[in-house]
Amino acid sequence: MIATNLILVLVVLTNLKLLGSSRIGSSIRVVAAQGVVLGLLPVVAHVHDLSLRFAVLAVGTVAIKGIVFPWFLFRAVREADVAREVEPYVGYVTSLLSGVVILAISFWMCMRLPMPETLASSWLAPVAIFSIFAGLFLIVSRKRALSQVLGFLVLENGVYTFGVGLAPQSSLLVEAGVLLDVFVAVFVMGITIFHINREFDHINTDQLNTLKD
Amino acid sequence: MILALVLLPMLAGLVAFGLPTPVLRRGLLVGTALVHAMLTATFWKITPATALNGWLALDAAGLLFLSITSGLFFVASIYAAGYLGQEANRHNTDPEEGLLFDNAPEAVFIGCMLLFLAAMTLVTVSQHFGLIWVAIEGTTLASAPLIYYHRHHRSLEATWKYLLICSVGIALALLANFFLGVAAAHPDRESYPIVLSQLVAHAQDLQTPWLKVACLLFFVGYGTKMGLAPMHTWLPDAHSEAPSVVSALLSGAVLNCAFLGLLRMQQVCVAANLELFTRDVWIALGLVSLVVSAVFIIGQTDYKRLLAYSSVENMGIMAIGIGLGTVGAFGAMLHAVNHSLVKAMLFLLAGNIVARYQTKNILQVRGLLRAAPVTGVLWVAGFLAITGTPPFGPFMSKFTILKAALDGGHIWITTIFLAMLGVIFIGMTTAFLGMAQGEAEKLAVSASNRDRWWQIIPPAALGVLVLWLGLNVPAKLGDVLHQIASTLGGPS
Repeated sequence: MIATNLILVLVVLTNLKLLGSSRIGSSIRVVAAQGVVLGLLPVVAHVHDLSLRFAVLAVGTVAIKGIVFPWFLFRAVREADVAREVEPYVGYVTSLLSGVVILAISFWMCMRLPMPETLASSWLAPVAIFSIFAGLFLIVSRKRALSQVLGFLVLENGVYTFGVGLAPQSSLLVEAGVLLDVFVAVFVMGITIFHINREFDHINTDQLNTLKD
Repeated sequence: MILALVLLPMLAGLVAFGLPTPVLRRGLLVGTALVHAMLTATFWKITPATALNGWLALDAAGLLFLSITSGLFFVASIYAAGYLGQEANRHNTDPEEGLLFDNAPEAVFIGCMLLFLAAMTLVTVSQHFGLIWVAIEGTTLASAPLIYYHRHHRSLEATWKYLLICSVGIALALLANFFLGVAAAHPDRESYPIVLSQLVAHAQDLQTPWLKVACLLFFVGYGTKMGLAPMHTWLPDAHSEAPSVVSALLSGAVLNCAFLGLLRMQQVCVAANLELFTRDVWIALGLVSLVVSAVFIIGQTDYKRLLAYSSVENMGIMAIGIGLGTVGAFGAMLHAVNHSLVKAMLFLLAGNIVARYQTKNILQVRGLLRAAPVTGVLWVAGFLAITGTPPFGPFMSKFTILKAALDGGHIWITTIFLAMLGVIFIGMTTAFLGMAQGEAEKLAVSASNRDRWWQIIPPAALGVLVLWLGLNVPAKLGDVLHQIASTLGGPS
């Protein structure tokens, strides 16, 4: 229980760090760290009924989120060869404060829902929901396509956190499928970023505004 | 058998990435589509055995949507083969801004098309909610490279929006899956997987608050992919910038796949006696979609965007149908078939018009009936069909939904429904008839520009089908539609 809560605290801290971070490089590292920590979550949360399934899931998650994604995203940054700032629409301090407010709201919301007894920790649901909202916030408040991908990853991490807490209801086939989808999603988004950069000489999405009515 | 249906296009797709000669690749595309369609046709006679512990099974709803997908893909593959032949090794000039651009490699295009088919097939045959989610996200990922076939900044923008908006939406649907898992968990007994049949069987034990939250998240998540307003913002961009044959598949098949995801949820809700709760959401989303599409159809200058907004409208009509109970659900299912056929036909014809006039602007297309008589006649026929004029199929399905609304005594729904259909009819009449009539420019009628057989046969075939469905719904199809409607409507 203590180890699980420690991981959840780390997830909260990484999210707050991301909201206040100004550099793309450090943001990628933080998201990678969050991925590794979350990869360990299924093992820690189900330490008493540990099975091969959780081990496979943990190894797969750590490998993809901790190694493959950061390598691929750093490559995208290098290829794009742009200034390393995240260029927010919303300032860093405001982002951070919004993060704290979102965190409070998440805890408040989850106190009002009847939680299932299978959840590994009572903090799990609020932290998951906090990650989801933090991810959404990052997507809408950052100009760089790459930051938006990081936001998507944080959002997905939030959904994953919730899923791990409910692991008995899930199955390896579906989890592997989900992981594969996320992997391909980031892969396709990375390629698209490469093309955006080649087409526009930068990766700011505020230039993507031709199509409208 | 079911597994083969999914694996066949998947393997063919992977092979297509490596095939060196264009003729082989296009042959593979059409051949796979043909085999897939024939397999699907046999499933109307023989129900295939379930696979993977009952996670893959073909029920009535799956069969209907599988048939739509498979049939449309076969027709589209013929068009695509011809289209790719025409586009091969050509440096293109963008008609709107005059910039030069390349096409994506053909191997990538065909490979993604086939993977796309595999993902859509998986959506229709999955009974497990997790698997449905994986497959729907798969359709997004496989189709994104197709939208970016013409490599210029507008298609890139459309691809990026499509990827990001749909991925975020679908991530919320994943959360809904987990909530559904919580709703199904019970401290006193064995937990079971979130498979449709199990959930329906144990529906009375589901925890209602969690099921409701899951429902709302499903509506947001899959509703985004289905193109229900106000989550439809990716749709007009993606449909207008993708090659027309891809737009046809997006509109005719992908939107339906997301719709099926929502129908699965509805089946669980009906079994859990929650249909009064979901009905309101269906109707609200449907009416908003109708109003939003009407606003953007009036005065629209781009005919592919016009067709895209018409898809938003029709998805709204189907949503209203589901919200009206069993009779409405029957109409909605029939409308799903009709809309897919007509919209695919119209998008393929739009492809012919783009090729001939080199513009997507409604005002710059004149004299279609003279310049290209066959395309022109089909274009007008498609217009009559999509706006719900008898004797075409959509008239029957829209009428059924309208009747359900009137019989239920829903005066407000009926009024808004009819008013919006009227506004949309006027908007579309101005656009379509303006394009069809008048004198054609010289460029458009030149002999080198005549329609090829592959530009005519696929849309014409779809048109004939729609006309036939309007005159007579085959008994077998009617049975399937009734079966589906009875699981969706609940007591009225």
